[in-house]
Amino acid sequence: MGATIAVNSEDKTTWNGGGNRPFGASYGKMMMWFFIVSDALTFSGFLAAYGLTRFKFIDSWPIADEVFTHFPFLHGVHAPMYYVALMTFILIFSSVTMVLAVDAGHQMKKKKVTVYMLLTIIGGLIFLGSQAWEWKNFIKGSYGAVQTTDGKILQFVKDDGHGAMHQIALSDFVVDEHEERVEHTKKNGLWNESGETLPSYSVNEVVNSYKNNADVLIRIEKIDLATKQKIILSKEEGARYLLNAKQVVEGANLQVNEYGNPIFADFFFFITGFHGFHVFSGVLINIIIFFNVILGTYERRGHYEMVEKVGLYWHFVDLVWVFVFTFFYLV
Amino acid sequence: MAHAHESNTKRIWMVFIILSVITIVEVIFGIIKPASLHLTSFLGTSPLNWIFIILTLFKAYGITWAFMHMEGEKKWFRRSVVWTAVFLICYLVALLLIEGGYLFDIMSPLTKWNY
Repeated sequence: MGATIAVNSEDKTTWNGGGNRPFGASYGKMMMWFFIVSDALTFSGFLAAYGLTRFKFIDSWPIADEVFTHFPFLHGVHAPMYYVALMTFILIFSSVTMVLAVDAGHQMKKKKVTVYMLLTIIGGLIFLGSQAWEWKNFIKGSYGAVQTTDGKILQFVKDDGHGAMHQIALSDFVVDEHEERVEHTKKNGLWNESGETLPSYSVNEVVNSYKNNADVLIRIEKIDLATKQKIILSKEEGARYLLNAKQVVEGANLQVNEYGNPIFADFFFFITGFHGFHVFSGVLINIIIFFNVILGTYERRGHYEMVEKVGLYWHFVDLVWVFVFTFFYLV
Repeated sequence: MAHAHESNTKRIWMVFIILSVITIVEVIFGIIKPASLHLTSFLGTSPLNWIFIILTLFKAYGITWAFMHMEGEKKWFRRSVVWTAVFLICYLVALLLIEGGYLFDIMSPLTKWNY
């Protein structure tokens, strides 16, 4: 912040709030803490709103284990939790390298600060990449579902041979009947207006395949409170639900969500997106500080407090992730 | 901080190990979900959820106190940050969760689940 104030750069002074140090903390550090308080309240607002909505739909909320099941290079393996746990470790570890950079700064060891700052930046970038992958899987969807006219999501399950019901993808049982479905692209219909992409299967194809496969059952959003599992319908009951089928849903966006309530997807995009944006800006700030360290700015200034301040922000981002992890994936 | 010129590396790694162990415990509980903790209810939610929440708060304490070096700040500076945030967050969460429960009580009978 000192860089924005016109001071004589020769005598190495930066503006520091007039030299007052209430509570023994410098102006910059204190303001960083108070910014963190206000940002923490923003995130609490989001998470508390998520909590309200979840309590509102407590008997039909998506179960995180059934939503986030992917792990890199393990295609088709049901691996809940592991990936977010890995992301948590990446972020905690980059927090550690950050605090090591701060620690090295206290001892005025420029080389060490440089290395640890670089590691922190790399950790932040890996986290951002992981989050992008998580979003990609969520948006693309893994199974596909049918939405009824009143907005309920019907998923398909099958006995895996050991008495346990597992969700199956539409492509696992739906037969493509090659019926005529014209996609509205920019070239046909209204010029330069493209319609929505058609899902892989039509509602009719799904309904017919459901009738032809005796072992495929329907799972609804409602949770059996005794077992905390989604209710699986009998074959006849499922057929009655399918009479109200409106559209095939694949993946999740702000309007529809194959995993259940669309507002779950809305919160997912908003909260993890807002957090990801914090990580992104944190990485940018870290890069600026990293170059300042290399250029010797703090060496000349006589202290590495700037590294400490950006470190506070970085740890805060980690702190928020700890809560997002708990309330989105665990609880 | 004038006192902080000696290296705290050992303590930093110690805190990292503690945070990692807590995360691993959380993940194991999250995958196994023991029925006795998951399907019972205690103070409004399952004991498993309480375990997650308490472990999370413990992690938050570790990050704030050790990594953000809150333990090294003056007592009243620490309180001006922590008490403000904790009080306002508790207030907000209490109101919104009570309201959410009320919305469920009112709206869930209106949702049709049989066709």
